Amino acid sequence: MDPRRTARTVSDPKVRQVGFFTPPPDHAISDPPRHHDPIQSPSQSSPPVNDRSPSDSSLSPVMIPPPRHHSDALLRTALQATSPTKPFSPSTRTVMIPPENKDLRSPGRKVVYGKSPSSFSGVKASSVPASELTTVSVVNLALGISVEGKILTAEEAGGASVEVQNDRRASSKPLKEKTSKAERRALQEAQRAAKAAAKGSKASSSASKVVTSENTKPIKATKPSSQKNDGSQVAASDKKGGDRAPEKDRKKDAPHPRMQYDDTSRVEKAKKRAVVKQTEARNRVELFRHLPQYEHGTQLPDLETKFFELDPMHPALYKVGLQYLSGDIYGGNARCIAMLQAFKEAIKDYSTPPEKTLIRDLTARISSYVSFLIECRPLSISMGNAIKFLKSRIAKLPLALSESEAKTTLMLDIDRFINEKIILADKVIVEHAVTKISDGDVLLTYGASSAVEMILLHAHELGKEFRVVVVDSHPKLEGQLLLRRLVRKGLSCTYTHVNAVSYIMHEVTRVFLGASSVLSNGTVYSRVGTACVAMVAHAFRVPVLVCCEAYKFHERVQLDSICSNELGNPDAISKVHGREEINYLDGLVNCENLQLLNLIYDATPSDYVSMVITDYGMVPPTSVPVIVREYRREHLWS
Amino acid sequence: MWRRSASFILDRQQEQNDGGPPNPESLFLSSPPPPMADSLQNPKSNISAYYQNRAAQHPVVTSDWLAQAQAAVSRNPDDDDSSGGDVRVAPTGGGKGGEKAFSVIGEFNSWRKQPDLAEAVAAIRALAAVIRASQATTMMELEIEIKKASDSLKSWDTTSISLTAGCDLFVRYVTRTSALEYEDFNSAKSRLIERAEKFGEISCKARRIIAMLSQDFIFDGCTILVHGFSRVVLEVLMTAAQNKKLFRVFCTEGRPDRTGLRLSNELAKLDVPVKLIIDSAVAYTMDEVDMVFVGADGVVESGGIINMMGTYQIALVAHSMNKPVYVAAESYKFARLYPLDQKDIGPALRPIDFGVPIPSKVEVETSARDYTPPQYLTLLFTDLGVLTPSVVSDELIQLYL
Repeated sequence: MDPRRTARTVSDPKVRQVGFFTPPPDHAISDPPRHHDPIQSPSQSSPPVNDRSPSDSSLSPVMIPPPRHHSDALLRTALQATSPTKPFSPSTRTVMIPPENKDLRSPGRKVVYGKSPSSFSGVKASSVPASELTTVSVVNLALGISVEGKILTAEEAGGASVEVQNDRRASSKPLKEKTSKAERRALQEAQRAAKAAAKGSKASSSASKVVTSENTKPIKATKPSSQKNDGSQVAASDKKGGDRAPEKDRKKDAPHPRMQYDDTSRVEKAKKRAVVKQTEARNRVELFRHLPQYEHGTQLPDLETKFFELDPMHPALYKVGLQYLSGDIYGGNARCIAMLQAFKEAIKDYSTPPEKTLIRDLTARISSYVSFLIECRPLSISMGNAIKFLKSRIAKLPLALSESEAKTTLMLDIDRFINEKIILADKVIVEHAVTKISDGDVLLTYGASSAVEMILLHAHELGKEFRVVVVDSHPKLEGQLLLRRLVRKGLSCTYTHVNAVSYIMHEVTRVFLGASSVLSNGTVYSRVGTACVAMVAHAFRVPVLVCCEAYKFHERVQLDSICSNELGNPDAISKVHGREEINYLDGLVNCENLQLLNLIYDATPSDYVSMVITDYGMVPPTSVPVIVREYRREHLWS
Repeated sequence: MWRRSASFILDRQQEQNDGGPPNPESLFLSSPPPPMADSLQNPKSNISAYYQNRAAQHPVVTSDWLAQAQAAVSRNPDDDDSSGGDVRVAPTGGGKGGEKAFSVIGEFNSWRKQPDLAEAVAAIRALAAVIRASQATTMMELEIEIKKASDSLKSWDTTSISLTAGCDLFVRYVTRTSALEYEDFNSAKSRLIERAEKFGEISCKARRIIAMLSQDFIFDGCTILVHGFSRVVLEVLMTAAQNKKLFRVFCTEGRPDRTGLRLSNELAKLDVPVKLIIDSAVAYTMDEVDMVFVGADGVVESGGIINMMGTYQIALVAHSMNKPVYVAAESYKFARLYPLDQKDIGPALRPIDFGVPIPSKVEVETSARDYTPPQYLTLLFTDLGVLTPSVVSDELIQLYL
């Protein structure tokens, strides 16, 4: 059994302590009550409670909750009691800020900064009479800030600051040179400041320097303090340094999955590395400048000629990338499976170069593959999760494993992921979903979701009598493919375009939708048009069921479809295939004041979703974060 | 189901015209006889003469109602033990799955006789008895035995959600202990019994915990609307009364079994000011109401509840008037169900006595319960704490997965 399960079963769900909840009965008598509040004793001894239900008479250890203000008051007095510097400090409020900060933070960092409180009080005691009030306040504020910076680095093991630094490093080289210099200076200053603070005599002068350094480089100043310090911090920074190397590799190799494409310098750098030379669209839509907008269909022949020149790229991945690019493989599951199979091929043919370790090198290799795939088409969230899974498996490989063993382990892991997370998950989803289909239902679906197709076919196999409405939309017209398969199997179908959805929704009893991803706030990220269908269904009070495998869940929160999306080929919406006489836009495509927007995805708010059907059962959209929280760790990083 | 046209109404009218003479009731309604003389000298001037008259025209209803109300008031709580007083009318007569199963149900029924003991708790106790009486020699055997017993219990009454959920939870809770893996069988079995007893004890206490938790929400001078008879809600109100809270209660009548009358009787014994309203007066009184308190037959995964018929409409009215709807439900009523609409829950039917003979052509809706979606509920008071509806699914995922 996995650790999560056992932990849960031991901590028993029914006796979870809720707020003021009673101690178990045997303890209740012996233990003194935790809250000393006046209301509690009457409730325990009140005769009517006990008399009324004799069976419950022994079970009355539940205490009446203490009034809220009471506990507040208690907290307040506790705070007052534990701030020893208060009488010590002068009456101005600005002076009082640092000690209060210190008090709030102290339990976490007391070990690291054993002597600092005394030094601070020393500073204040000496500096207050020495200088005028305004400077004093500045000094103390500055010290407060620096203290906070130190605490931050000490407590969070440099997580935030190091990350910031990594970003810098990745972003531009000259900047990095500068920062290291600045770092050194800041380090010196901080050390000097610390020394001065300890002495307590020259506090105001050195602290004012700290102030200047804080003002100019607020981020850097926090860094040295984490380096110069003792014990735990050194260990933390060492650890960080340990995995910084592959991190750097990765950063160099791959553009960030959600790179902001309106950042010109980054885009230039990404382009230099790119294998696929995409030409940018001419008239980019202003609101979506942060997304990549390319001319489609120009680079395929070029890439095909390059097939034999590309040394680092594995042919299987190259093939998959081209298939993404040309649109031969689409749909979340299909793309994900194709990618994983290609990775499997690549791992099979992989051999560790001399003087390198498999874990590091393979991770870097995978990263470069991923960056190639991103260039071909932005990753879907499901693919991102699968890549995360694979990388974590690589990182978790025991060092003692031989290369061939490691490779077979990884290939088995990939197979397991495909089987359990995608294929089996779909089967479970189908099992759950058919229970919601009953005779006489009219089911509406939008686009072509593989899960929904399986559900409909399975329900038909079970002999349920229902009708299907397939709603479709330009430019992809994927629904026709689904329709073809359904009609072949003998289901009675209605086909319509999304324009007619409000008309057809009258007769619909259930709406089944697929999803590219479900985000933590319950937002469903899916093919563009889904939100519209869900909204109309909601307005008609038709339940909307979203079918989505749990591996597509993501902890991100998204409120609109703008900040993260994918843009398709603008030509696809400007031209109508098969009807040459409709050519109104022919000369206008390059026109300055025309921006063609072909969004691929949209975000459906969770209000419109009645139920999410996943491999963990049928849950409300509000429970998506629960599943992410409970299972993501288990499946990806355990 | 959406109907394309209203033509079915015309069809029906046609049928009625073609058929024999209209039935006496409809004739009665369409042409009421002149008001009787004695209603004019009505001693209670504050009661509307018009409605009194109408009541006099249908003496069956009122006198019958009063008689039944009397009966309900004087009835001993023992003989109607159903939680929420509703679902138990259509028990399927299954439960012949071998001798073991038979004894389980016997045990269950003997526990069920106890007043104040919820059905789920009775089931839990019965299952604990199964473990104790078991002759199994291996863990696997024992597990299978428990599973069988719980299955037979569940099939004994498929309409009771709390029974099903209680059995499931018990199996879940008792058999999934990590400690079982490294102990010999006898100690493991005694540990199982211990856990089972603990579970039963906790379930027993659940009502007290809920009553304590909900005290914060009842403030002095508030008016509470309750629907049907729920022992948890009664406990909550009792505790509030004992804590010297000043509040008044509106009880719905709770047709057709008039469970509201019983609740109002209980509350009157506690000197809580009670007003009895008919089920259709909910919207009328909602203005005065500060909060709605209901029990639940089952809490489903969406966070909605399945409860006695009428809860949904009360919740709708309360929602539209921005009044909070509080649900008091023990956590053993949490069920892994996810109804999408009213028809999506399994039917639980009961006969409804209208007091007058119903012509065979008239259809009667006999469903005993309805589903209230989570968006109309404010908070759920459970022994796990005060939860918002969306947390129910969280708890269920943690309990079952």
